[in-house]
This record gives sequence, structure tokens and C-alpha cells, in this order.
Amino acid sequence: MEWETVIGLEIHAQLLTNSKIFSGASTAFGAEPNTQACAVDLGFPGVLPVLNEEAVRMAIKFGLGVGAEISKKSVFARKNYFYPDLPKGYQISQFELPVVGKGHIDVQLENGDVKRIHITRAHLEEDAGKSLHEDFNGLTGIDLNRAGTPLLEIVSEPDMRSAKEAVAYLKAIHSLVRYLEICDGNMQEGSFRCDANVSVRPKGQSKLGTRAELKNINSFRFVERAINFEIERQITLIESGGTVTQETRLYDPNKHETRSMRSKEEANDYRYFPDPDLLPLVITEDMIAAIKDDLPELPAQKRQRFMEQYSLSAYDADVLVSNRHMAIYFETVVKESGAQPKLVTNWVTGDLLGALNKENLDITESPISTAQLSKLIERISDNTISGKIAKTIFESLWNQEGNVDEIIEKKGLKQVTDNSAIEALIDKILADNPGHVTEYRSGKDKLFGFFVGQAMKASGGKMNPQLLNELLKQKLAQKA
Amino acid sequence: MSLTTTDVKKIAHLARLNLSDEDLVTYTAQLSNILNFVEQMSQANTDSIEPIAHSLELSQPLRPDVVTEMNERKEFQAIAPQVEAGLYLVPQVIEG
Amino acid sequence: MAHKTIAQLSNELQTKKISSVELTQLFLDRIKRFDKQLNSFITVTEEQALSDAKKADEERSKGNAHPLTGIPFAQKDIFCTKDIKTSCGSKILDNFISPYDATVVTRFKESNTVLLGKTNMDEFAMGSSNETSFYGTVKNPWDLERVPGGSSGGSAAAVAAYLTPGATGTDTGGSIRQPAGFCGISGIKPTYGRVSRYGMIAFASSLDQGGPMARSAEDLALLLNVMAGVDEKDSTSIDKPVPDYTQTLNNSLNGLRIGLPKEFFESGLDNEIATLIQSAIQEFKKLGATIHEITLPNSGLSIPAYYVIAPAECSSNLARYDGVRFGYRCNEPKDLEDLYKRSRSEGFGNEVKRRIMIGTYALSAGYYDTYYLKAQKIRGLIRQDFVDAFKNVDIILSPTSPTTAFKLGEKTSDPISMYLSDMYTIAVNLAGLPGLSIPAGFIKNLPVGLQLVGNFFDEARLLNAAHQYQQVTDWHTRTPEGF
Repeated sequence: MEWETVIGLEIHAQLLTNSKIFSGASTAFGAEPNTQACAVDLGFPGVLPVLNEEAVRMAIKFGLGVGAEISKKSVFARKNYFYPDLPKGYQISQFELPVVGKGHIDVQLENGDVKRIHITRAHLEEDAGKSLHEDFNGLTGIDLNRAGTPLLEIVSEPDMRSAKEAVAYLKAIHSLVRYLEICDGNMQEGSFRCDANVSVRPKGQSKLGTRAELKNINSFRFVERAINFEIERQITLIESGGTVTQETRLYDPNKHETRSMRSKEEANDYRYFPDPDLLPLVITEDMIAAIKDDLPELPAQKRQRFMEQYSLSAYDADVLVSNRHMAIYFETVVKESGAQPKLVTNWVTGDLLGALNKENLDITESPISTAQLSKLIERISDNTISGKIAKTIFESLWNQEGNVDEIIEKKGLKQVTDNSAIEALIDKILADNPGHVTEYRSGKDKLFGFFVGQAMKASGGKMNPQLLNELLKQKLAQKA
Repeated sequence: MSLTTTDVKKIAHLARLNLSDEDLVTYTAQLSNILNFVEQMSQANTDSIEPIAHSLELSQPLRPDVVTEMNERKEFQAIAPQVEAGLYLVPQVIEG
Repeated sequence: MAHKTIAQLSNELQTKKISSVELTQLFLDRIKRFDKQLNSFITVTEEQALSDAKKADEERSKGNAHPLTGIPFAQKDIFCTKDIKTSCGSKILDNFISPYDATVVTRFKESNTVLLGKTNMDEFAMGSSNETSFYGTVKNPWDLERVPGGSSGGSAAAVAAYLTPGATGTDTGGSIRQPAGFCGISGIKPTYGRVSRYGMIAFASSLDQGGPMARSAEDLALLLNVMAGVDEKDSTSIDKPVPDYTQTLNNSLNGLRIGLPKEFFESGLDNEIATLIQSAIQEFKKLGATIHEITLPNSGLSIPAYYVIAPAECSSNLARYDGVRFGYRCNEPKDLEDLYKRSRSEGFGNEVKRRIMIGTYALSAGYYDTYYLKAQKIRGLIRQDFVDAFKNVDIILSPTSPTTAFKLGEKTSDPISMYLSDMYTIAVNLAGLPGLSIPAGFIKNLPVGLQLVGNFFDEARLLNAAHQYQQVTDWHTRTPEGF
């Protein structure tokens, strides 16, 4: 039988506020345990939540970014359950009336197609603390620094049909939240997390199959792997006569498997009800309009503009806009260097991105500034250096050995453009290789490359390639 | 509405309360009585009535995004049942 | 001296007839002498009181006197007090030394009142007789075999027995007004949102409201002046200017329209109480008020709706008492579930457990609409009843309770009969309106309370009416024998 996979994602994005969603404690990552958990975060008796304005603004930004309706009135509700990392015994979330309603995002698939993924809703809620399972004589340690960090939970429709589509959607949201500067997108630190609802059904059937919810998939790679594993598991299960049970499953990246978390499933009854400590959140048209005015250009618009304005391919535009800061970097270099956008694209998405990835750096942490890369490309364009030499200079720049002109000067990398100097070098090479010269002149044209190579080698790559070709051809054409 | 002891056991578990067998019988009777009492509510026709969560129809005030709370771990943990290395300790939580 | 009102004591302090230290010592001595019988205090903060008093005397001598500077005062043990035990009447918080002050406590500190101690109360304010306290029952000073009412029973008894000139209370379904009525003192529950709930340990967040308890409406005005006002730490507190409640106390009641809800005078009301209320109505007429019959057609459903909403909120509010970060933890829990279940079962008393379970049930899957949602709709109906009534009257008058103080143990085995003792007060909380109780006479030497309910934020009018009544009656000046 042919099977169709149906996937919906629930993404939790930690919002980049200074303080918690309902308290004035700091949200900074990595502090000593429980030093950023105030009485409100700890659920002490009598203390009360007050909503952070910035968290609301960020949720609205997201809503506008996915073309969603912003609820004029939304309500905070309590989700009740006992867990040591949940200090109050309930999580403040939104249930019936979320702040962001139905929206959508257009996702670029690998084959170049664009697919629209619908977003059901996005709501504000507070994050829980962390349980640390290192051994404290058989006890678990609870750190509540993260408790109360604002989260935007983004729920998609079950619109995705493969793990690759799910990853493409996840990447699109990841890019969007960073464009909007509402989330740092750091999956390792858990500030951007994802659960996947996965089910399979016979192709052509409209009724959805029973889904499993996959938790703890904290990298793009794991998302794809976990979903693919789960699809295989479900198909194998059904084909061998079994049935899928609706449950939460944990992805174990070490064993590369998903396994049931029955403990969490047991008798869940969250008893949602409106939080009486908070009043309905009313969002005015004015507030929405002000945020709309402030909205940056979003990835989809930018991609389109890059393709039109700079004549870039869809692929190049996609790579450049996937990270807002990379797009900004690119445009700055184009402007500063005055070079061909394609040339700049090659440097940014090729050499620079490669080097950044190798050292696991974000473009904002690049050791090479836009001014330096612009200068480097400018020096290629004005024939001061060859493209090949530029690679050497790039490396020196990366290693902080000085600025472009200093490096060219210091290492004597300036391209030789003096005709007489090139001619003298050619003469020497021809004199040193009489046999090859004879062969060439008797019709072995392919040897031209040999002479170019020798000349480049002798000059340390500094020879201007156009001049060299021209003069070499002339010399070889002359009868000895 | 009459509750059974099974219902009450389930409720007590959701609320994380232990009930002895004797308590269970008492609570089952008392809770059933209270539920019967509150069921008078069904007399009222509320079809066209909006539920209200608060008596005042006001909206949520917003707080500026400023860090106002300092580290008070020492004071807070001075009254904690069990802490180590700044962490609250609980019996092992088994995940998965 | 101990039998004077706050307004009088303030005058004595101002004219240097007595110092705050002397006055404080006087009340501390009375607490030592009388509270063994009454059990109205959970904690007496003697050292703190004397140092507060010393500071108050200094401030007064510097000319920085607020009317309440140096006045001894008590806080219901539901208000968090920094570095002082705050138990909420529960074993589960028996070891809770609060790291912070409630906003109400901060405000009293700022006006340099003197904290005598923390008063006894029903556990987590759940009760109408003060019999659910982990710290034992409180006795009514008018009859030591009777309850003082609840949940602010400790505050009511302490004020009635002149162990403190005033105290705070909290009122979720009548917990200020009913004990004030039972103990023959004055108490006001302000409009929901008028007084900050920050640091006031939550029972039912959408209903809880703090307010003062004292011996006269004038004293209530002085105390409410300090307590009322918006608090940025409480989202549900209202940003609306606070009038000086003492300024309007002497306004004439000429033309005041008083409504009598016919439902409150029909069934279940003690005949003798009805007679006393009629005399009070006559007094108000003499003061120039006009009397109108009104109807609150859905008031009969207020107790059922309340016993869904309050338990639902409390089941969630009390989930934080889990033995992890503060409060009681059971011995040697064998696993996490055991930690939760034993800490909570050993830490909470029966009434609290009952309400947690009712609330858990009312919110659980399949029952939410039948119970919680229905109760919220009824709340809407009840609120509308009052809104309609206030189109035609300024104040609604009724008894505070259907009976006088009942005997200790009389209703403990029958939760519903206990709940019914709040039949006139609960609707006011559901609607969020201000209500006060003042003494209106005695039956067999037991005080009878008169309830006045006002429109939203109309506390000044209530206090004005109560004060005028107290100018022509002397019920509020009576002293229980032996105190």
C-alpha cells in the first residue's frame, strides 16, 4: 500500500524580552541556578503576575509576519498539572482565545516549489523550569531560572507531507522569528523548540490517522530523522496488523529512535480555566498599526526583491535571506564594493559562510567586516589582485592579520600588470622549455595551459591572467 | 449528582491528595451533597448569558519590559525544605 | 484608653496624652491577659510592636504624623509580613516566614502603624466560623461557647475584645462582614480591585478582597484611606483615584434611596433579626433616607454558583503548596507522587481538601460546562441584578447574616448549613460590589449585623451612611462583658 504522511508542528519560541512574561526577573541564559527566579516565578504565596508589554508586542509582530488576524481580546488561562519544574502547579497559557489567530507562511521546498503552510494559532505562555538529573543522592535538582520566560507557541495545521517539508517549514519560521528579532532561534540552548504531530494514512484517504506527538527534537537534523523514524515505525506497525496509539513519544538522538512516554500521558486532565489573576488582554488598532509600521522586510519579500534587484537565482536568494544578518551583510558589501552582486554572493555564501560554519559562528560574529570584504572584492575588480590571490588574502583577513591593502603590501601580492615584466618572465619560461615550445608550435594547443601554469607559479599567482594570456599567445605565435 | 468512590479517588489523584478508606467514604458523601446542592444552578436559564470571569469589565494592564528583581536566592531558599548547590531537591523525576 | 476608637486614640497621641509605646504596651498586655480565652492571635509580634511604636513616637515628635501613626494594629495572617510567620491558618504554611510584605502591609508600615501581631483565621480563609484553623478555634467575646464567624474570626474577636483597635480582614464570600456582624464590630469589603491583593494569600482570586475591621465607620474610613489604591503588582487592582473617605462621613442622608431586596427578607431569616433590621430602617428614615423594595431575582443561586467558582479557583491556587520550595514537606517521601500527596494531605485540613476536590471536579474534562461555565453565567445574572437595582437606589440594606453567632461545633459536620450562613453576603462578592457590616442591635446578648451594599467604588457613600447611623445609635460602642 502507498502511504501518505501528515505532519503538524508545534513550535515554542522563547521571546527576546529582558524580563519574564509575568515578573521583573531577568531572562538571561546561563545564570547560576535559581538566581533569576523571583517570588512570582517561584510561585510563592500571595504574589501575582503582571503581563510584560514587550512580550505582547512580539506576539503581534509574529502575527503580522504570518498574515494572521490579531485578536482584539485574548484571554490567559491556567493549565493545571503537577510537576516539579512548574512552581505554581499550573502554567499560564492561552487556550480558547489566543492572541494570534489563523495565518500562513510560504515555504520554499528543495525542488524549488513554494508551498503554503497554514498556521492555526500562536499564543503566549510561560516557560517551565528545568529538572537536573545529575545525582544528588538519588534526588533531582530543580532550577527555576527559566520558569516564566515568555514563549510564543506556534501551532501549524497538519499541512506537511514529509519530514523534509516539516524541516523547510521549521526553517522558515526560524528565519522569520529572527527577522522580527523576537527570538534568537538558538536550538541548542532551547530557545527555539519543536514538537511534531506525525500520522500516516493510506494515500487517497481523507480521514487522518492516529497521531503520535514527538517531543525533544532540538535540531533541524533531528527533526527530519525523528519524523522519518516515526513514519517508518507507524507504517511497519500498521502493515504488521497493529494500530498506532495516540501518545507522546520522546526522540532519543543517541539511539535514533522514538519511545513512548507513558508517564506523561497518565490521567492528563489540564482543567483549563481563565486565570483570575489576569484580565483580558485588549489589543487596539493603534497598537497594531504602530507595530506594523515598524515591521522589517520579511524573508519572502526580501527573497523576491533580491531576485529582481540583483538578478540572483532563487537558490542564492534563499541562502542569503535565510539569515537576516547575512542579507544585510550581503547588501552592505554590494553597496560598498560596487561589484557585481553575483560575485558578492559567491564570496558571502561560499567562502565566508563556509568559514563561519566551520567554526560555528553566526555572521554577526564574523571576524571579517563588510568593509574588509568589500575592499577585497574591490581589489579584484580593479585588477590589483587576482581572484586566486584573493583567497589567500581572505584567509589572512580571517586570521586578523591586518586590512586588505596592508596584507597585499606586506606579502607583495600585488598583481603584475607591467607588460615588460610579464614579457621578461614569458621569455624565460619559453627559453627554459624549448621542447614544449616546439610541440606547441607543431599544433599541440593544449600545452598553452602548461605555460600559463608555469608563469603563474613563477610569479606566485600575481600575474594578471588576461594580460598573461594575451602576451603569451603573442610570444608563442612569433617564430623563433 | 452522586459521586462514586472511584470518582473521588480520581479527583483526589488529580489534586494530589491521599485519602484513607474511611476518608474516601466521608468525602464521597459530602462531595455528592455539595454537588447536589450546587446543581440548583440548572434552574436558571442562562442560554443567552455571557459568562463572566471578573466583576469589572477592564483590560489587562501592561508592565514595561524592565528587570526589577534582583537575586534573592539566599532569602528564598532559607525557608526551602531541601536545597543543594542552589537547586531545590525532589525525589527523582523519571522521564520517558 | 483601650476602649477608644482609632479616631479617638489618634487624637490622644496627637495631644500627647499617651505615647505610642505606652499604648502599644497596653494592648500587648491585654492580649496576654485575654487571648488565652479567645485565641484570636496566631502570632504576637511584641518586639516588633514596641520598636514600631518607638519609631512612631519619634516620627510624631518630628511632626511627621499621619492619623494612623503609632496606632497599634493587627494583620490577618493571610497578609504576608516580611520576616514574620505568615501561616494563613494552615499547617502547610506553619513554617512559612515570608520573604516579602503584602502591599497592604507596606502601606500600613508607611503610615507608621504598629504591628501587634497576626490574627487567627479559617484555614486559607475557607470557613464561616473560624473552626477550620490549624491553630484552633477562636471564641466569640460575647459568648465564649460561640463562634466569632469567619474567615476573619481572629480579627473580629480581637477588635471586639479590645485587643487591638483595628485589624485587616479579607472577604471572599462574607469573611469580613459576617464575623464583624457576629462580634458586634464594623467591617467593610471594598469594591473588587480597590485594595491590592499582592501578598494577600489567594483563596479565590476573582472574589478575594481585603478590607479593614474596626469599631466604627469613621475608623473604617481612616483605615481604608491607607489600604485603597492601585498597585502595579496586582493586575486586577483598579487605577482610579481614592477619595478621602473621612471627608464625606458627615454628609446628610437626606434623599438617600435605600433598597430592600425582598428575597433577603423572605425565608430563612430569624424573626428577631428581622425586627431589629426594621428598627434600623426606621433610623435611616429619620435621617432622611427613602425606602424602596427591590428585587435580586437570582440571589438564591449565589451560594451554588459561589461553591463552584471559589473551589475551582482555590483548587488551582493551592496547587503551589507541594512541599518543594517552601512550607510543609512530609517525612521521607518515597517518590515524587508520595511527596506531593503526603505533604498536601498532611498539610491541609478537611475543609480545604473538600473545596480543592470540588473545584478539581468542577473544572475536569466533561464537567466544566455543567459546573464552572454555568456558575460564571449565573455570576453574570447576579451582577446584572445589582446593576439593575442600582438604577433606582443608592444603597441596598439587609441583615449581614440570617442568624446570630452559632455554637462552636454546631455546623462543622454539615458543610452546606455552614455555607448558608453567608447567604446575604456572597452575592456581593460575585458582583464585585462594596459592602459593609455594622452592629444594629442585640438578641440574647449576641450582636446582629446590618449590611449595606453600594454601587461600584461607592465606599464613601456606604461609610457616610454607616457613620450617620452610628451618630444616632450606640450599638457599636457596646462592650462584651469581661473585656
